[in-house]
Amino acid sequence: MKKALFIAGAAVLLLAPFLHLAFPPGHPMHLSEFYVGLLGKFLCFAICALALDLIWGFGGILSLGHGLFFALGGYGMGMYLMRQIGRDGQYQTDLPDFMVFLNWKALPWYWALSDSLVAQLFLAFAVPGLLAAVFGWFAFRSRIQGVYFSIITQALTVAAMLLFFRNETGFGGNNGFTDFKRIAGLPITSPGMKVALCVASAVALIVCYLVARWLTQSRWGRILQAIRDAEGRVRFLGYDPVAFKLSAYVISALMCALAGILYVPQVGIINPSEMSPAASIEMAIWAAVGGRGTLLGPVLGAFFVNGTKSVFTVWWPEGWLYVLGALFIAVTLFLPTGLVGLARRLRK
Amino acid sequence: MTPGLLEAGAEAHARALTRIATAGEPVFNQGVALYVEDIKVAFDGFQALAGLSFTVGVGELRCVIGPNGAGKTTTMDCITGKTRPDSGRLHFGSNLDLLTMTEAEIARAGIGRKFQKPTVFEALTVTENLELALAGDRRARFAMRARLSGEQRDRLDELLKTVHLAPERERVAGLLSHGQKQWLEIGMLLAQDPKLLLLDEPVAGMTDEETERTAELFLSLEGQHSLVVVEHDMAFVGTLAGADRTVTVLHEGQTLAEGTMATVQSDEKVIEVYLGR
Repeated sequence: MKKALFIAGAAVLLLAPFLHLAFPPGHPMHLSEFYVGLLGKFLCFAICALALDLIWGFGGILSLGHGLFFALGGYGMGMYLMRQIGRDGQYQTDLPDFMVFLNWKALPWYWALSDSLVAQLFLAFAVPGLLAAVFGWFAFRSRIQGVYFSIITQALTVAAMLLFFRNETGFGGNNGFTDFKRIAGLPITSPGMKVALCVASAVALIVCYLVARWLTQSRWGRILQAIRDAEGRVRFLGYDPVAFKLSAYVISALMCALAGILYVPQVGIINPSEMSPAASIEMAIWAAVGGRGTLLGPVLGAFFVNGTKSVFTVWWPEGWLYVLGALFIAVTLFLPTGLVGLARRLRK
Repeated sequence: MTPGLLEAGAEAHARALTRIATAGEPVFNQGVALYVEDIKVAFDGFQALAGLSFTVGVGELRCVIGPNGAGKTTTMDCITGKTRPDSGRLHFGSNLDLLTMTEAEIARAGIGRKFQKPTVFEALTVTENLELALAGDRRARFAMRARLSGEQRDRLDELLKTVHLAPERERVAGLLSHGQKQWLEIGMLLAQDPKLLLLDEPVAGMTDEETERTAELFLSLEGQHSLVVVEHDMAFVGTLAGADRTVTVLHEGQTLAEGTMATVQSDEKVIEVYLGR
């Protein structure tokens, strides 16, 4: 039953984007470009919610800085996309426009890999992964827990945001990267590319889901849950909680980076606002609304909250933040296990 | 080879065995499992332990009693690495210096602890709780691919029977009764197969029947494991100590008296501070 549901869900996500290509515009089965883009975005958000749930729902570690890993992945991909513009920019030079604007004559050293998709993808995973490993190691070794951990992760992403806002940092300042033209020589706005990116996001979500399921059902996952419930006991059983928390945190950061890598070519822009505290807090809301400590919950939560957001931004744009706040309060008060918990309760 | 050389070799080997190590297996070549020597701990000026010393022999069952605030739990905290004493020495076997080891290293060296408040993993089932405690590789990498071997399955079944939780094996631990949680925690302790068991008020909240069974269980462990039982319940201590086992009485962070239950009960200082005048 569960397996059948999973296969059906995966099939829908994988096949839906093809409706854009298979049917001509105007046909009732045609999925417009707008909805392909929206689906792609939601799939990336769902990966983030799943990643956050892995450490929050199962490990009891609430990170309010996961937007940073998402943005670093996105910037990594963005660097490659900027180089792919080639001489088609405003200034028609080899350097990206913002560098010309700053009067730079050559690429900074950290752009060295940006001409190669493979090398740049490696960087887009390695930088957030390493940052999570170093930051997490210090935080977990010092036994920073609970709200203190949430606060310092929040501070970390704000610090990074301020750094990326500076023009001299070399990532386009507050405008970030935009105006992308192609990926691997192929035009980025073609219908085929849009569908390909959307399908890639669906594959990424399915793979992340399966990895998360395998991890949480392994002994590693049970120890992670044990750390959440009684860390002292785990230590006195001879396990070192640091290793488990750190591996969970790094895996989670890598999933977020993957989401960022897929997100940027689909929305066509990355700027420091992705590192704002609100962006990271929203991820926590997706996971909470869907249901912490379940794997399906965060995915549903990301779709539900962002779907509602899309409706409200058309209907009543000023009202969205109030609705989001009310939703979060309602879930915290009445649905501690989120939508999935509600469904379970209704079935009984 | 000359007898002199042989002797020198044997001595060097003995020295190597008892060299103070900071990790690994304890060596019990002196017949002593745990040395506690002149431990002092102060919390914000309150002297919780004021030069506490005692030793526990290999395979011994030792009862520790004392009024509230005598330092019983603090002693356990020091031995397991949760609290670092201000001064003193703590050795496990003749070679391990517990003061330089982390909680996890101490646990891996073979010291298991039962908390005063039963601490089990409430979201996991009874079997899963025991499985995590089973002796084995403790690294995160290993845990991702770990599978139970047939031998471990048998051991789990045996443990479930020992702690009378076989009918509850698939139940979530959070749903167990207080006494059952105590049993589960004892089961987890046994699953670790520790050389030294520290039991902090193991029968608190148990029914009389459960208490009796617990006493039987501990007595059956004597000899294979060293046990330190900290308890308030005098009847329980009486059952455990019997006529000839040693009881240590703590008071204000020091050893007040040590001896058989009868000796301790007739000690005037003990009567004054603990057993009531």
